[in-house]
Amino acid sequence: MTGRFFNRGGPSALFLSAAALALTGCASASGSERPATSAAPSGVEEPYASTYEAYPGVPTAIVGATIYDGAGGRIDNGVVLFSDGEVVGVGGADLAIPAGYTRVDGTGRFVTPGIIDIHSHLGDYPTPSVDAHSDGNEATDPTTPEVWAEHSVWPQDPGFSRALANGGITSLMVLPGSANLMGGRSVTLKNVPSRTVQGMKFPGAPYSMKMACGENPKRVYGGRGRAPSTRMGNFAVNRETWIKAQEYAAEEEPDRDLAMETLAGVLNGDILIQNHCYRADEMALVMSMADEFGYQVTAFHHAVESYKIADLLRDNGVCSAVWADWYGFKMEAYDAIPENAALIHNQGACVVIHSDDENGIQRLNQEAAKAQADGRRMGIEIADADVISWITLNAARAMGIDAMTGSLEAGKMADVVLWNGDPLSIYSRPEMVWIDGAMMYDMNDPAMRPVSDFELGQPGEGDVK
Amino acid sequence: MKRLLSIAASAMAIAASPVAAQDIAITGATVATGDGSDPITNATVVVQGGRVVAAGSGVTAPAGMPVVDGSGMWVTPGIFASITNLGLVDVDAVADSNDVNASDSPFGAALDVSPVINPNAQDFGYSRAGGVTRASVTPGAGASIFAGQGAIVDLGADYDAVRHPRAFQYVEMGERGAWLAGGSLTSAHALLRNALQEAGSFGDAAELSSSRQTRGNRPGETIGLDSRFSPGADRSGDVLLTRFDAAALVPVVNGEQKIYIEVERASDILSALSLKDEFPALDMVLVGAAEGWMVADRIAAAGVPVIAAALRDLPVSFEQLAATQSNVGRMVDAGVTVAIGGYDSSGDHPRNLPQQAGNMVALNRVPGATGLTWGEAFAAITSIPAAVAGLEGRVGILATGAHGDLVVWDGDPLETSSAPVRVYIDGVEQPLTNHQTRLRDRYRSLDESQLPRAYER
Repeated sequence: MTGRFFNRGGPSALFLSAAALALTGCASASGSERPATSAAPSGVEEPYASTYEAYPGVPTAIVGATIYDGAGGRIDNGVVLFSDGEVVGVGGADLAIPAGYTRVDGTGRFVTPGIIDIHSHLGDYPTPSVDAHSDGNEATDPTTPEVWAEHSVWPQDPGFSRALANGGITSLMVLPGSANLMGGRSVTLKNVPSRTVQGMKFPGAPYSMKMACGENPKRVYGGRGRAPSTRMGNFAVNRETWIKAQEYAAEEEPDRDLAMETLAGVLNGDILIQNHCYRADEMALVMSMADEFGYQVTAFHHAVESYKIADLLRDNGVCSAVWADWYGFKMEAYDAIPENAALIHNQGACVVIHSDDENGIQRLNQEAAKAQADGRRMGIEIADADVISWITLNAARAMGIDAMTGSLEAGKMADVVLWNGDPLSIYSRPEMVWIDGAMMYDMNDPAMRPVSDFELGQPGEGDVK
Repeated sequence: MKRLLSIAASAMAIAASPVAAQDIAITGATVATGDGSDPITNATVVVQGGRVVAAGSGVTAPAGMPVVDGSGMWVTPGIFASITNLGLVDVDAVADSNDVNASDSPFGAALDVSPVINPNAQDFGYSRAGGVTRASVTPGAGASIFAGQGAIVDLGADYDAVRHPRAFQYVEMGERGAWLAGGSLTSAHALLRNALQEAGSFGDAAELSSSRQTRGNRPGETIGLDSRFSPGADRSGDVLLTRFDAAALVPVVNGEQKIYIEVERASDILSALSLKDEFPALDMVLVGAAEGWMVADRIAAAGVPVIAAALRDLPVSFEQLAATQSNVGRMVDAGVTVAIGGYDSSGDHPRNLPQQAGNMVALNRVPGATGLTWGEAFAAITSIPAAVAGLEGRVGILATGAHGDLVVWDGDPLETSSAPVRVYIDGVEQPLTNHQTRLRDRYRSLDESQLPRAYER
């Protein structure tokens, strides 16, 4: 086992779309200028606001590639056009390429939207994994809705560059750990190197709150002789806290209270719930708790037993963010099976493949391919293009950013990966990665590989030598 | 594919007594022998009496032998997984079920996993279903830099898992070793040298010279246990090792038992290699070696093999600042014998070794990086780890006389989309069902209109 706690989280598709629409603020770029992103929602000044601006890009046409659009579509020998940071068009070989576009030869290659990891701890559990970097769990109280993961993120984590170069990751959600029942707010990032976390924050992305059920909270706090020490204790502490949150939310002019502000945001639908949970029976109880207090679980994270209640998850509109085949490392992961994702998908429920791991984030495409193959062997055929949606549009939905990214669609952010082969094959790697239309990685150009401050002058220098 | 799917998979329970090996010929398959060469199309593999008789394109099935049509299939030797916990643990975080580490044990080097290995542990079955047929099993270091003695097992569904007990001693000489030694690598080095010197003199005092004991054993043969422990061997009071630990290290000092040294940093690798100046008989294997590529020529010159995780590419610790996915490929290019092994995340398991190897092939297409050819990559999870374990030519390879460990795959075994459809160990076809496959089958449907799912068995 790794030393950290495991997290979970998740959004519901309906809820997400509404939140995304309300908060959309696309970055765009034109020529060599870096235009400012749109402002935060009007009314309230957004604290710690994103300062991210798209880097310069050139109008680009990827020609002749196989395209998985992220929304379930596949085009052979297709064309992807993007300019000014946005997707301009996606089509077949007959799609006209406007004048002034730089052509990229996609022959024998594949194009997908930028890969999105809904569950990462990059930055808050950065490498080197020394105690001084252990910033992912505020494990001093079972409920800490007041903490924000972005205040722990170290932008110099070398893991961001590996996720970009090997995994084609263009967006990710960094969550607090799962020591606490309510772990705090997550932060959604663009995977761009930055001196500050504000320079990585995904403009317009809604916040999520991390929750955790099961073994971790009761172990951490029960081990200290305080509540919760049992699963029933987990629920009692949660419910008491939600009652307070309801009271706070009902106040006309409440005093500032960071914890209650987060919880009130959940109750009024502004903040999504990403809920770490392994066991089927516990997920069902959590959904009932959400009904009791009037909030929506957006996604269960890890969810290794979702296959047992995939019908229930479908009917409640809750996504499952899962690994392909992790199992056995803790009691509540004992019934994990590699067909989990396929069985969830087969019931019509939402699947997201996540990493929770600085290694796994480099290979979400391979994890999705494994889960697809395990389904095929039991007779569940899932099209390649749908499998790609598990690591693109479905992740975006569950993070509330699907109106902005996650699929190749005119007007969306030009977050694009060109793979040197089928991304569902182990033999393929990202060849070029664009974020908001700006090329941020080129396999063929060593200069186009970022190196974190930490790795400068070190042997290997960020795995680029 | 259907031709191969209906097997004797009903046998969930382990066979209490040995099952007879089948003679089998698989024809028309793509065959990878594990020796580093490219796969051979339209080839035949013949296993007789539990041993490989022949494998290749010019091979014909002996008359009268049952023939399996392998067209569309791949046939390979089984995967050899190095440095595993197989059979030592049911659930990592359930301490009662976990026999990997013993942080409160009075012993270190003397610890021996061979009596403890449980072939009914689910991970055994999952790994078998993933094409792993043999493995090294090591204790974890809990109370001492010496983790103890590991064993070589096969993954057959029987109680004869342990094939080579006490195959190696495992010692931590990196950051974990420093911690176990009381806080510094300096202390770890002092402890290691002291232990080897005590064992050396203990062996003399006990007249446990290698000539009397186990010299002449071929690599991989079983090393004796209690016979080398002599209660008559008096020792002075100025010793750190218990008599049992000292006895366990005698064959290490004599070079009769391999010593696996976990070490990551380039400079620490060189310090480990230089132990051979003081203890020339050491039969050393480096484990980890994340920065091995920086001193690859020195490792190659020392003739010391390496077991390394393929995909470690982050500076996880200050002893791994130079970690790169090119580590394995660069060491191989420098002439180092490198087996792929090592599990860095909770999700890493022996059955995912083909994924590690396949990534090495992908890496060869990344400019500036160094990966492996397909043949090299597959050898790094079959014949090479077997050879590092002392079983060269006998395991992990489809060569005449080798163990009849075969895996029939539904595609390229390094592809994530492929999986075994049949697994043989010593010519015995193995069951591929387990807790996971039973859960899969139970929850194929969620219909409870007649009865709860609990009745679906």
